[in-house]
Amino acid sequence: MSKELNPIENPGLPEHVHRKTDVDPKAEKRAERQVASLFALSAISTVGFIYSYVGIKKDVYTFIPILGDMNVQQLMLGLCMSGAFLFIGIGAIAWARFLMPDTEVIAHRHEMRSADEDRREFVETVKTQGAAAGIGRRPLIKRTLGAALGLVGLGPIILLRDLGPLPEKELEKTSWKAGTRLVTDPGDRPIKVSDLEVGAVVQTMPELAPGEERTLNNTAKDPVLLIRLRPEDFNLDDERLSWTHEGIIAFSKICSHMGCAVALYEQQTHHLLCPCHQSTFDVTRAAKVIFGPAARPLPQLPITVDAEGYLIAKQPFTEPVGPSFWERDSK
Amino acid sequence: MSAKEKVPATIANFVDERTGAAKWLKKNLTKVFPDHWSFLLGEIVLYSFIILLATGTFLTFWFDPSSKEVIYNGSYEPLKGLKMSAAYESALHISFDVRGGLLMRQIHHWAAIIFMAGMIIHMLRVFFTGAFRKPREFNWVIGIGLLTLGIIEGFLGYSLPDDLLSGTGIRITEAIIQAFPVVGSYLAYFVFGGPFPGESFIPRIYTVHVLLLPGIFLALITAHLMLVWYQKHTQYPGPGRTEKNVVGYPLMPIYMAKAGGFFFVVFGITALLGAIASMNPIWLYGPYTPGQISAGSQPDFYMGWIDGLVRMAPPLETHLLGHTISWNILIPGLIIPGLVFTPMALYPWIESWITGDKREHHLLDRPRNVPNRTAIGAAVMMFFFVALLNGGNDLIATHFSSSINHIMWFARIGIIVLPILTFFITKRVCLSLQRADRELVLHGRETGRLVRLPHGEFVEVHEPLSKEEVWKLTSHEQPGALSLPENDVNGVSRPGRLLSKLRANWSAANAEQIAKPTKLELEDGAHH
Repeated sequence: MSKELNPIENPGLPEHVHRKTDVDPKAEKRAERQVASLFALSAISTVGFIYSYVGIKKDVYTFIPILGDMNVQQLMLGLCMSGAFLFIGIGAIAWARFLMPDTEVIAHRHEMRSADEDRREFVETVKTQGAAAGIGRRPLIKRTLGAALGLVGLGPIILLRDLGPLPEKELEKTSWKAGTRLVTDPGDRPIKVSDLEVGAVVQTMPELAPGEERTLNNTAKDPVLLIRLRPEDFNLDDERLSWTHEGIIAFSKICSHMGCAVALYEQQTHHLLCPCHQSTFDVTRAAKVIFGPAARPLPQLPITVDAEGYLIAKQPFTEPVGPSFWERDSK
Repeated sequence: MSAKEKVPATIANFVDERTGAAKWLKKNLTKVFPDHWSFLLGEIVLYSFIILLATGTFLTFWFDPSSKEVIYNGSYEPLKGLKMSAAYESALHISFDVRGGLLMRQIHHWAAIIFMAGMIIHMLRVFFTGAFRKPREFNWVIGIGLLTLGIIEGFLGYSLPDDLLSGTGIRITEAIIQAFPVVGSYLAYFVFGGPFPGESFIPRIYTVHVLLLPGIFLALITAHLMLVWYQKHTQYPGPGRTEKNVVGYPLMPIYMAKAGGFFFVVFGITALLGAIASMNPIWLYGPYTPGQISAGSQPDFYMGWIDGLVRMAPPLETHLLGHTISWNILIPGLIIPGLVFTPMALYPWIESWITGDKREHHLLDRPRNVPNRTAIGAAVMMFFFVALLNGGNDLIATHFSSSINHIMWFARIGIIVLPILTFFITKRVCLSLQRADRELVLHGRETGRLVRLPHGEFVEVHEPLSKEEVWKLTSHEQPGALSLPENDVNGVSRPGRLLSKLRANWSAANAEQIAKPTKLELEDGAHH
C-alpha cells in the first residue's frame, strides 16, 4: 500500500479510556456483586431444575397464551436449565467486560510463507529422500504400484453390492391384476357403484387374499384414487373412456413426479393437486398435467364391475406408477 | 511459598515434564484476539455443534433406529393401538415418557437450526468482508464443505423419527436418487435395500447421522479452528491496525471468560427455545405410510431452497429409445446446486485471478469498498431467497390468500431477474455509500446547528472528523483496472482470449469506485 494514496497516516491506537469500574472503587464493588449474583442465580436455577425433575408429575399440562398447551415438567426443566446456563454465561461476560483489564494489546503478525532458506531445504529434502526410494529409476515398480493403487479401492466398493437386490422389473409392477377388487383404505371394504355419489373421492387399495398382509412396500405403489364425476364431464378418448365405469375413474395416487401421495382434490374444478410440489392434474382429461413440475399424467387404472357388482380392475396398470427412472419406457 | 501457592506450580511441573507444553502455553495463553460482534457468529456455530453432540448422545440412549412394525402402547392417547415403526414409537417415548426427553429433542432440533443458520450468516460475514482471501482460502473451502455436510446431516436427522412428514421427505429423496441417468434405480435399490421404503433405510441413515458425519464434522472443525489459531484472526481496519499486527485482548483471561461465557449463553438461549418453542411436533403428524400425506409439507429451511427449485422446475422429461431422463428433477435437485456450490468454493481463487492480487490480507474490507463482490454476494443471496420463498409457496398462498400459480410464476421469472436487479442495485448503493464517506471526510459531520452569517445567510456547522475516523474511512485500497491487452507485443492474439476479455471487463468493473479524498483535497477541505 503506497502511503501517498492515503490522505493521512495511520494515527495509531486511540488513547485508552478508563471504565467507571477502573476509577471508582464503588462501581467496581457493585460490578463484583452483580457478577456474583448472576452466578448465584444460576445455582438457584439448577436447584429448580432438580425440583422440576423429581417434584413435578410428567403428565400435567397447562395452557399458556401464545405457546399453547405445554407439559409443565418439560417447560420447567427447560426454563431452569436455560437459567442455569444463561446466568453463568452472562456473569462470565460481565466479569470480563467490567472487571478484567480492557487495555488493547498489539501482537505482531508474520507472513505465512516460510523463510526462503527453509523452503529451499524442504524441496531438497523431498528430492533427496524421494530419490532414496528410487521410484524414478524403477518404472516397473512405479507402474505396478500405480495399477495396484488404482484397483485397491474396488474391494470396498464391491462389498457394497449386497446393500440391496437389483431392481429387475419390480419398479414397473404393482399388486393390481385383472379382476382385483378395489377396497377402501382404511376399512378394506369392497365398493359398489352405488356407494359413490357424484363428486365423491375414495382412497382404495387392491383386495388382499385371505391371510395376506399389506406391507409398506405395497402401500408405496398400490394406492388408487376413485373419483366419481358426471359422465358428461369427461373429456377422454374412447380407450380411456372405456377404462371408466359409470362416471367413476381410477388413478394411481402416487405422484408421477416424486412419488408423494396426490391427496388434494378440488371437487368443483376436478383438479388433483400434489401437496409436495403442487403438480396439478386434470381428472376430466385423464389426469393431464396442467401445472407444476410433473411431466407425466397419473397412470389410470382400467376398472369395471364383477358379477356381484363390486368395482374391480379390468387389467393391471399399463405403465409403471410413481416417479420416473432410466429404464422406464415412457412412450 | 505457601502450600496453596505451590499447587499450580506442581501441576504445571507435572504436565510440562511429560509434554514440554510450557513453552507453547506460555506463548498461546496470551494470544491476542481482535474484538468484534461479527466474530461471534462462528463461535455460535461451534457451540451449537457441541450442544448437538451432547443432546444427540442423550437421544441415542432411547431412540431405536428400526423400521420394525410395532403397536403403540405409550402414554400419548390419540395414537394408542396404531401400527408404527419402532423408530417412531421410540421418538414418541422420548417425547412423552422420558423426563426432559421432549426438552432434549427440541433443544437438539433448535441447535441444528441455529447451527445451519449460524454457518450461513458466518459465511456471509466472511464473504462480504473478504476474510476468505489469501492465506485463508483453505478455511473457506472447509467451510463450504461443512455447510454442504450440514445440509445432509440435518436432513438425515429430521428423517429419523419416521413420522408422516419426514417419510415424505425420504420419498422425495428416493425419487432424486432414482432420477440419476443409467444407474438411478440400482442406486435407489442399494440405498433402500430393495423397493421403497423397505426396512433398511432408517437404521442405515442412523449410522451415518450419529457416527460417520459427526466424525467428519469433528475432523473438519478441528482443522478449521487450528488454521484460525495458526493464521491469527483477521481484524477490521482502524487506527493502529495494520496488515502486520493484531489488536485485541489476550486469550487469558479475557477471551477465556468471554468465549466460555458465550458458550453458556448460546446453550442457555437454545434451552430456552427448546423449553418454550415447540419444534417438529411429530405426534401430530402420525406414523409414516406412503399412501398418506399432510398438506403444507415443508422441509427445514436449509433444504427449503432445493425444494423451492424443484417446485418451480418446468415439466421436462426426455423419452428416448425406451429410456426416461427426468430433467424436472435432475436440474433443480442436482445440477443447479452443483453449479452454485462449485463457484462458491472456488470464489477466493476466482477473485484473486480477476484482481491479480496474490498478497496476504489480514485487514478486512468494508463491504461498500468492494462494490462488485458485495453485489455478487447480494445477488446470490437473492437467488437463494427466491428459491426458499417458492419452497413455501403453498403456505404463502394459504396464509395470504394468493394464487399458488402466480407465486410459482413469480418465482420462475424472479429467480433469474431479481438476482440481476439485486446486483446492480447493490453496486449503486455501495457507490453511494462511498460517496457519503467521501463527503463526510471532506466536509465533516453535520451538527444540526444553524448559524446566521453577518450578511444574513444561514449555514449549518459541520464538525470535522477526528483523525481516527478519517483513517477508518480512507485507509482502504482502490486498485485500478488490470491492463490486459488482447494482443501480445507481436500483435498476435493471446491464448484464451475470451477468458482474458472476461477478466479485463470484470477487473474494469472492479475499478469503478468513488475516488477517496487525497491528502491535498483533505487539507484543502480543512480550510473551508
